[in-house]
Amino acid sequence: MAVELVKGNDALLRGAVLAGCRTFYGYPITPSSEIAESAASVLPTLGGTFVQSECEVAAIQMVYGAASAGERVMTASSSPGISLKQEGISYLVGSELPAVIIDIMRGGPGLGNIAPAQGDYFQMVKGGGHGDYRLIVLAPNSPQEMCDLAMLAFELADRYRNPAVVLSDGFTGQMMEAVEFPPPVSELPEKEWAVRATAETAGNLINSIRLDPEELEEHVINLFAKYARIEAVEARWEEVQTEDAELVLVGYGFVSRLLKAALGRVRSRGLRVGMLRPITLWPFPSQRLRELADTAKGFLVAELSTGQMVEDVRLAVDGRRPVAFHGRYGGAVPSVDELVAAIEKAYPEEGRSA
Amino acid sequence: MTVVDKTVKGPTVLIQEDLCKGCGLCIDICPPGVLRQDSKLNHLGFHPAIYTGQWCNACGLCFYACPEPGAIVVIKPSREER
Amino acid sequence: MSNSAGSTVIQWPESLYHTFHRKPGGGQESTHYCPGCGHGVLHKLIAEAMDDLGIRERTIFLSPVGCSVFGYYYFNCGNVQVAHGRAPAVGTGVKRALPHSIVISYQGDGDLAAIGTSNILHAANRGESITVFFVNNAIYGMTGGQMAPTTLEGQRTSTTPRGRVIEETGYPLRMSELLSTLHAPVYIERVALTDAKHIMAARRAVRKALKAQVDGKGFSMVEVLSPCPIGWKMEPSKAKEWVKEHLMPAFPLGVYKDVIAEREPRVRSAPELNVEGVEELFAAEPTVERTGEPTWEGIAERYREPQIKIAGFGGQGVLFLGSLLANVALRKNFHVTWLPAYGPESRGGTANCNVVISQDPVASPMVSKPTVLMALNGPSLERFEPHLLPGGVLVYNSTLISQPPSRKDVEVVAVPATAVADELGHTRVANLVMLGAFLGHTGMFTQAEVEVTMDQTLKQAAMMELNRQAVERGFGSVG
Repeated sequence: MAVELVKGNDALLRGAVLAGCRTFYGYPITPSSEIAESAASVLPTLGGTFVQSECEVAAIQMVYGAASAGERVMTASSSPGISLKQEGISYLVGSELPAVIIDIMRGGPGLGNIAPAQGDYFQMVKGGGHGDYRLIVLAPNSPQEMCDLAMLAFELADRYRNPAVVLSDGFTGQMMEAVEFPPPVSELPEKEWAVRATAETAGNLINSIRLDPEELEEHVINLFAKYARIEAVEARWEEVQTEDAELVLVGYGFVSRLLKAALGRVRSRGLRVGMLRPITLWPFPSQRLRELADTAKGFLVAELSTGQMVEDVRLAVDGRRPVAFHGRYGGAVPSVDELVAAIEKAYPEEGRSA
Repeated sequence: MTVVDKTVKGPTVLIQEDLCKGCGLCIDICPPGVLRQDSKLNHLGFHPAIYTGQWCNACGLCFYACPEPGAIVVIKPSREER
Repeated sequence: MSNSAGSTVIQWPESLYHTFHRKPGGGQESTHYCPGCGHGVLHKLIAEAMDDLGIRERTIFLSPVGCSVFGYYYFNCGNVQVAHGRAPAVGTGVKRALPHSIVISYQGDGDLAAIGTSNILHAANRGESITVFFVNNAIYGMTGGQMAPTTLEGQRTSTTPRGRVIEETGYPLRMSELLSTLHAPVYIERVALTDAKHIMAARRAVRKALKAQVDGKGFSMVEVLSPCPIGWKMEPSKAKEWVKEHLMPAFPLGVYKDVIAEREPRVRSAPELNVEGVEELFAAEPTVERTGEPTWEGIAERYREPQIKIAGFGGQGVLFLGSLLANVALRKNFHVTWLPAYGPESRGGTANCNVVISQDPVASPMVSKPTVLMALNGPSLERFEPHLLPGGVLVYNSTLISQPPSRKDVEVVAVPATAVADELGHTRVANLVMLGAFLGHTGMFTQAEVEVTMDQTLKQAAMMELNRQAVERGFGSVG
């Protein structure tokens, strides 16, 4: 079997192309620029479109235009750039336009630094733009998943007419690992609602204004009915040795790999530790965490932030079990030793004696 | 929808009074000066423009000066019809 | 304008809906515009041109934020409502997706000349094939009469209650003049909706701008000085005079740019799925053929499951060395990860990467305590030597590192990598000499395995012999 050693960022762009995306609008920013560079190299040779926009605000609005026209379209940026895109993201949701947004997270707040971080959980999962909405948020932890989840993001975005986000970090974007690429998508979904500059679509309107409060309320109700359907079927996660786990580790993206390494070490010392890795941050695997709270005696969340996803874990566990937290931030990354120590500390006493 | 009166024989202007907002721009622009403001109010509460009934040369300027799409129709019959 | 039964009828254009079904409440045959407003006039001029050019069905009209926010109530074509100031960016996305479309970006002065200044400037500069109608009425109408970037000196607005003070708020911004300095736009004209002569000139300009797009000529803009009687707090006929007396002197009418005739048409092709193209493109990517089961059989225990740090200065090919080693292992069906230090750190100064090779899936690709350190220059040795695990292997470039490593609890291998590379005539293959020496010393992989991997993954056939020699000399440099 032929495989390739591929960088996460490259795997992601390739996944997008395999998913039928031929259109990229973006602005350079470390550590996501490589995605734009790959797009600039690949898309025009396929007859697609690459535009380096004047700013992030424009990039997301170009995405809005291409999505209005029914294209599978993407943009990629990194935390400060994503902040600038929030206006357009809210409009995309308001107009129910599918689009894929990549955030290769870096240290913040402010200009911060370019080291890997997970401080954008709130702005992507909880909404960083105005109004009531949700984004579908996928969190890869390997180059293989950078490809697979990019493809999935396009599929989900189109299926639900909502923007989907791939939320990753500098390490997952920069690391190389073996990737097996699936065949390219050969057929794209019909979009009867799009404006295609044809007689059939000349009556279509892409719009996010609803001046009448009743009308807007109804629109938001419909959006959230859609979100309820997504929550019911689209949550994805990976579990590692949770069957007998006294302590369940929760981490996403790059951190989950560090947690897995730590898990291997403490298991060899006899601690019954498992891990749940959310693959979708929204919808969040809350139901599964609730179930795990029946058997596990505690949880430990690790993030490259001061604690953002931990809030969702606590909401899911709902006070039934202690939820400990270990965070590093500003671009710092915990060592496996450090995580082992955090696990030792969080490990429930009753579990130790059992 | 404006209904064009096909029975018109000479150049003429038809004003939908209920779509007129009484701005008077058509009156200002009319070269022969054959439009005037009605003393009556229309259902919108404006004094609509009205055609005095003769000497319209169907130049069309009133149509272009009018901000409302449907308020004015200008008809210029062909020579044969005249 | 239409011909009906031999008569010429000037009436409601087909490109405007005849019942404004999207407009809420009653009065679906009249607009939401105030009496005497220029928007309605311009709408009619645009719609009439759309009718006459036969482009209604392929037109996509972008409604901005401003008084014309509800443009989609009226225009009988594809409609996209957009964020404040962003129409030229949205138009870029629409037009590039649909090159056969006619994209109309309809914008007010706040939209185009304040919040969206960068978007209009760059769309114009890229020569996006769209047509912009820029309504300049020197005030913010929709939000209730605040100052616009085009508000005149001394003009009272709700945010310049004592009149616009130039020293405080700058000068009225002349967008037509500004944009006409760019090379890409093909047509820019400023017109005014005042008397018969000017309205008919505006009509011609609207048609010309749309025709330019139909002909694939590129970016065009018509700036329209337009009365806002309510915003200016004056009667419509007075407002029209005010345009003449005050706006026109500040914003002179005229053609600022017209190179339509001399520009060649350029119509992009629409993006296509082109599945075969994708398959072909990616088939050219370097892949390795995985063979056999990964095994450490015959390899000393201390070299198995290595956590490798490779460091040097930028330009020494440190990252490449790591990826080649990772590919060699991958070909043998090992699980591998490669993680570089990235960003400014990787430019100019030191570069390093981490490679993990394992029989099992690799959890963490980070190597904070390496079992193997390959140091290609002095600073790299200084930085990473302390982190090497006791019992680890330290391979260093003895050409550039004169002070040997001080650690006594690790295995030290000196390789004159740069000297050997220089002998081969290419300093930059020192990295391959290092790789050969490391593999030769540990027996982890064979020279033949490296060569097969290079054949499968490296594109530059011309370099192959040199690369092979460098690896060979590396293998040969150790016992």
